[in-house]
Amino acid sequence: MKSITIRPTLASWRKESRGLLQQGVAPEYIFFDDGTQTRSLFSEEQLLTEDYPTPHKVKNATSIRMPKSFLGLAELVACNRENERWRLLYEAIYRLNNGEKSLLSISTEPLVRRLQSLAKEVTRDRHKMKAFVRFRKAGEDSHSGREQFVAWFEPTHSIVELTAPFFAKRFASFDWSILTPERCAHWDGDEITFTEGVDSSQAPKDDELEDYWRTYYASIFNPARLKLKAMQSEMPKKYWKNLPEAPLIAELTARSSLQTEQMIEQGPNREREHVSAKVPLGAQHPDTDQAGLSPQEALARIEELSFRQIDEAAVACRHCPLYEEATQTVFGEGPPHARLMIIGEQPGDQEDIAGRPFVGPAGQLLDRALAQAGLVREEIYLTNVVKHFKFKTQERSRLHQRAHAAEIHHCKPWVLAEILKVRPEIIITLGTTAAQALIDPNFQILRERGLQVTELAHLAPRVIATVHPSFLLRQKESRKAAQEFSLFVNDLQLAAISDPSKRLSPSPRQTEYHRDSFKNGR
Amino acid sequence: MTFQRKLSILADAAKYDASCASSGTDKRDSSGKNSSALGSSGGAGICHSYAPDGRCISLLKILLTNACIYDCHYCINRRSSDTPRARFTAQEVVQLTLDFYKRNYIEGLFLSSGIIRNPDYTMEQVVEIARALREDHHFRGYIHLKTIPEASQELIEQAGRYADRISINIELPTQKGLETLAPEKNLRRTRQAMGGIRLRIEENKEARKDKLISAANKPKAFSPAGQSTQMIIGADEANDHEILHRSNDLYSSYRLRRVYYSAYSPIPDSSPILPAKSPPLIREHRLYQADWLLRFYGYSVGEIANEDNPHLDLDLDPKLSWALRNRSLFPVDVNRAPKDDLLRIPGIGVRSVSRILSSRRHHPLRLHDLQTLGISLKKSRPFLTTLDYHPAPSLLEGDRLRQFFLPPPDQLELNFSKKVAPQTNQRIALSAATGEF
Repeated sequence: MKSITIRPTLASWRKESRGLLQQGVAPEYIFFDDGTQTRSLFSEEQLLTEDYPTPHKVKNATSIRMPKSFLGLAELVACNRENERWRLLYEAIYRLNNGEKSLLSISTEPLVRRLQSLAKEVTRDRHKMKAFVRFRKAGEDSHSGREQFVAWFEPTHSIVELTAPFFAKRFASFDWSILTPERCAHWDGDEITFTEGVDSSQAPKDDELEDYWRTYYASIFNPARLKLKAMQSEMPKKYWKNLPEAPLIAELTARSSLQTEQMIEQGPNREREHVSAKVPLGAQHPDTDQAGLSPQEALARIEELSFRQIDEAAVACRHCPLYEEATQTVFGEGPPHARLMIIGEQPGDQEDIAGRPFVGPAGQLLDRALAQAGLVREEIYLTNVVKHFKFKTQERSRLHQRAHAAEIHHCKPWVLAEILKVRPEIIITLGTTAAQALIDPNFQILRERGLQVTELAHLAPRVIATVHPSFLLRQKESRKAAQEFSLFVNDLQLAAISDPSKRLSPSPRQTEYHRDSFKNGR
Repeated sequence: MTFQRKLSILADAAKYDASCASSGTDKRDSSGKNSSALGSSGGAGICHSYAPDGRCISLLKILLTNACIYDCHYCINRRSSDTPRARFTAQEVVQLTLDFYKRNYIEGLFLSSGIIRNPDYTMEQVVEIARALREDHHFRGYIHLKTIPEASQELIEQAGRYADRISINIELPTQKGLETLAPEKNLRRTRQAMGGIRLRIEENKEARKDKLISAANKPKAFSPAGQSTQMIIGADEANDHEILHRSNDLYSSYRLRRVYYSAYSPIPDSSPILPAKSPPLIREHRLYQADWLLRFYGYSVGEIANEDNPHLDLDLDPKLSWALRNRSLFPVDVNRAPKDDLLRIPGIGVRSVSRILSSRRHHPLRLHDLQTLGISLKKSRPFLTTLDYHPAPSLLEGDRLRQFFLPPPDQLELNFSKKVAPQTNQRIALSAATGEF
């Protein structure tokens, strides 16, 4: 066995270790002496007499590897006051360089666990230093006018140098010193310097803010939830002597059970009349849980209601359970007398949040298709057959679910009311739900898409059915997706043709007739 | 009124809000030569102290004022309570935050307020404090602003520009509960406001990622640490299923970072319809555990609590309880099972699972390897197999297994005793720690 003298720093250990690794010295032959520990484990005699192999093969310096993952761990372990740390680190680096490349990822390896737990102790100590350092104001620099603060802290491990940069970044605008028994750190606004350790008498004894801090500490404590063990596991007693608030703990604890019992026994104050109940002040806000006009009523009174009133009634609709889970009603959007109306199935996750139709991924795809078809979104009235988002949650996201026939039935009057108000020249339905709800309950979208030749004058002079953009989003295969996209654009283009008389059968629209037939149709 | 007295009243009034997080925000600091900025944030949160209630003190958590026009029965600040009232000036809050921060007492400010005059007036005051800290004092520490659904969109927009996190308390999971206990609050309005915040956060993220916008023109981060909320437990009749259903709704619909559960705690001058009682700390703890299962372990709400079994088992943690109800899925082979199945073994956490996954690539695991990984075998052993260990088939059958995990009977008695003094309460709830795993 050989004693290797190093300074108690990672850099010094690294330098010596590189040499030892080159010589291929196995860890059991070495003892690192960093000058801070007693050698009681090994007598001088042992150190001198035990075998120390003569270097057999000298490795090339560049072949010695100290991977980043190891150095990250070593930086922390080096700060631990554990006497064995240098030898353990050497054992790890020796094995890493002698055939056990993935050693550090094997957490079941006792050496790895040991190093991890030494590193964890240091991490925890650093974390506690960031938490429990308490600065006291020491004055102001007479030249620069900068405030000066000083803290006294007693870390468990040698972490001052590693942790000081955190304070420099956080408290750059004033001068500070953190004094500890082993090492002191100082910041002057420009750089951190380190000096030898001092004793606590060097630090200021008080700070004018500490009374406020204690007041805050005592007031934020809830005596009905006393959990001393939980507190002590996070704020162990060893830190208490340097925490200005700690002297309060005993008193707060002692008082707590009495305080709580008093509150419970005292019971409610029944003498004063409880003012709430009758007129909630919050009622000045529109109570959005009040159900409004039913969709049927709204439709029946379509003549007298303004567009806005219909919108408001739809916002308050409670006629199917979908409103309960949805965030809000997503009503149609667009010019009130648009020439073209596009009707989709129902709002999705993003529409539900934004309160506007077609703003999610399907809406963005629709925008692209509209642009290719030569249509302008701002000139189109966009809406859905169902006004609330229906979904199930999975892994913290919401997945679209198809609305039931009953839900569609309840919601349909809203879209019919929109049609009656807008009176579009052309309607495009997107997807099966919209087509089956408005055109024919047995509509087969892929077979019957395109301009509808059957009489649908109660909807609009021209009705075009096509797929829903979300159908295009579901196409995995890129060629198929491109193909479907251009079919979709073709369908949309049918709406761009200005003179319908050449192309289709339905007679020019007569408004009165259209409205009546609509009512009769129900 | 002295400043000290004000501080005492307005901190006391704020203590029923459980949130204390200061983590997960943008990385920033004050470095730079002759920097006049103060503070840093963005790493792990730092808890600067702990009160004897086991809760961490990370932020200066205070109300701007505890005067309030609302009358929520569970709240110490409701307008019908005769609690002493106080109000800080904006300048006082700013100065106290800076003074505490410079002494390293806190990570930043958590500012909330009773509603005075009207929601917008209140919110304007709150936003002004955040603005002053950020713009006048270049404060780079953490700011959490509490808001209310009724505040205008413009004010929420401003709040999000200055704050690391904004939050709205949902308070109770059902509209029915709110109608009884918080007549001015409305579930739908709260959810819509949360939706609005989610929308702003997402739009802001998109804009900040946009390569077409030059770095100088990028908008400032909007509430980079997301939004959170709090539910009060045990004040209304809501069961655990309703509570977890609501949490799941808020996580998936509005991308909340956290739902905090706060056991209804006795307050002085309590409301006649909600008299003071000991807080249901164990239930609160079980809800936090269940919440963790939802967020990190891939459980669905229905697996933890459903309409037929709406209450969590107070004696056993929800994961163990689920495993005992689904014994046919065990034992799980530690050496072969996919990650999702490993996560379901009682007593094995997310970190242990990733250690198992990385270790078993190198060699098959034996029982003692699990111990080396720091896994407690007491809870996990009946539910797993290793290279050298298979639980006796009879172990997974019958009632004995459940009995084995139950807490010792003397503690149970305490649990059922009529009047539970806080001291004994504390003993039962030792494991509750900070309300997290």
